[in-house]
Amino acid sequence: MLVAFLRDETSKVGLRRGVVGLSGGVDSAVALGLAAEAFGPERVLAVHTPYRTSTPGSLEDARAVAERFGVELRVVPITAQIDAYRDLVGEEMHRVRLGNKMARERKSIEFDLAWPDGAVVGTSNKTELLLGYGTWFGDMASSLNPVGDLYKTQLRELAVLLGVPDRVVRKPPTAELWLGQTDEEELGFTYAQADLILYFMVDRRLRPAELIAAGFGAVLVGRIREMVRKSHFKRVTPLIAKVSLRTIGHDFLYPRDWEAD
Amino acid sequence: MTVRLAVAQCAPALGAMKRNLEMHLRTIERAREAGARLVVFPELSLTGYYVKDLANDLACAADDDVLAPLAKAARGIDVVAGFIERSPDARIHIASGYWSEGRIAHVHRKVYPPTYGIFDDGRYFARGERFDVFPSVLGPTGIAICEDAWHMSTPYLYAVRGAHVLLYVAASPGRGVAEGGDLGTAESCRLMDTFYAQYLTMYVVFVNRVGHEDGIAFWGGSEVVAPDGTVAARAKEFEEDLLVAEIDPLLASRERARNPLLRDERHDVVLRHLAERVGLPPGLKEVLD
Repeated sequence: MLVAFLRDETSKVGLRRGVVGLSGGVDSAVALGLAAEAFGPERVLAVHTPYRTSTPGSLEDARAVAERFGVELRVVPITAQIDAYRDLVGEEMHRVRLGNKMARERKSIEFDLAWPDGAVVGTSNKTELLLGYGTWFGDMASSLNPVGDLYKTQLRELAVLLGVPDRVVRKPPTAELWLGQTDEEELGFTYAQADLILYFMVDRRLRPAELIAAGFGAVLVGRIREMVRKSHFKRVTPLIAKVSLRTIGHDFLYPRDWEAD
Repeated sequence: MTVRLAVAQCAPALGAMKRNLEMHLRTIERAREAGARLVVFPELSLTGYYVKDLANDLACAADDDVLAPLAKAARGIDVVAGFIERSPDARIHIASGYWSEGRIAHVHRKVYPPTYGIFDDGRYFARGERFDVFPSVLGPTGIAICEDAWHMSTPYLYAVRGAHVLLYVAASPGRGVAEGGDLGTAESCRLMDTFYAQYLTMYVVFVNRVGHEDGIAFWGGSEVVAPDGTVAARAKEFEEDLLVAEIDPLLASRERARNPLLRDERHDVVLRHLAERVGLPPGLKEVLD
């Protein structure tokens, strides 16, 4: 289903290749596996974009994943441009701000390498997207995303099924935006906890009071619901002020898959 | 003897029902202090308009505990407010309630939830089925929720069923800036208000909200139009306002004596022609024969 999605939704708009930002983590590994199956490995480019603080282990993992799916890996370090920008700005950048800048730099490279006939394959999973745990127009951006409706827990299972190396499946998820960062430590809860709550909240439409009555912790339920609420802007296109009789996004609505005769 | 009415042109917070409830309570007190016997809030004043999938989270029965503070505040002053109603058979409606003497006294469910252009009500809400007249402090009254009023059969049915007052509560988005002097929607609404008031010889109380939701601006401009077609009061555009107006409950009767359009209305002809088109509901055939 996901392979057919990638194949059909790209070919009908004339895209013939896939570009995947390969971090060395499990999400992008699954996206790469699906892209390789959909486009054929020779039409897929994996891009690894390390900053000087990135761990060498990530590059090794990215290499192992690219090799596993027979895809070319291109390493494009972002240290030079990020550091040049830091000098240019000339002020201390908060680590989250710097992380956002790096995520957008990476995405800009992926879109560049996709030109003119490639699609940037999204790697954000459902958990991250719902929690808003990602950079808007950074790692959350893509041409299309085959894994965005799969929770992190489900992605790990799919990774095993696709033959992603065991080491990659098992390592603690990290955005590697600063040294030693892990997602679960930063979030303050595990993906397993979040996925279960999100599944009942979103997929099964239980209201917070019903979740708490079912035995989930009130604090965690409240916290996760707030994360979903606060980050909703990241999941929709920017607002356009409606003034005219017909407005893009409001009542000028066409399918994205608007095909020629 | 006139009855003082307050129109609460407000900007509800989208999806934040507790906050909106507090806003209602404050506004009710202000209306009470202004000597009003009735305060009317716009469509979905307790929830905000473009609620999308929040509709299910916000829906409740008209006598739900969540709304108890509102019912409690409706003593010595009656209240019309907009909420999302979950009916006993679990349908979700856009509704406006009339609270009086500490309890819910009437509920109108939006009969025409629009689903076109910038509107997507039909995706989230069930349709109401009735236009019932009820006694308010202003006299026999009917409620039309936004799109309801654009269907001319709505005020018509209320008028022929005996209403002297139409409460037209709305969440009307302002649009059509480039098309003429004023907002296209504002001109349309004012035309409706005046036309219905004058030709159905009834009060039209247009209650619109202000504020923004997802890029859509609600334009306000609430107004009270008397049965003779004169504008008794009009609120500002795009700003919150508590509009106060005097309603003369006998004005409709006086106007109807002078202008007996409703007396002369041929319901039988209307019904016969409608029946020719859609057939007659069971039980009505004998009435016509």
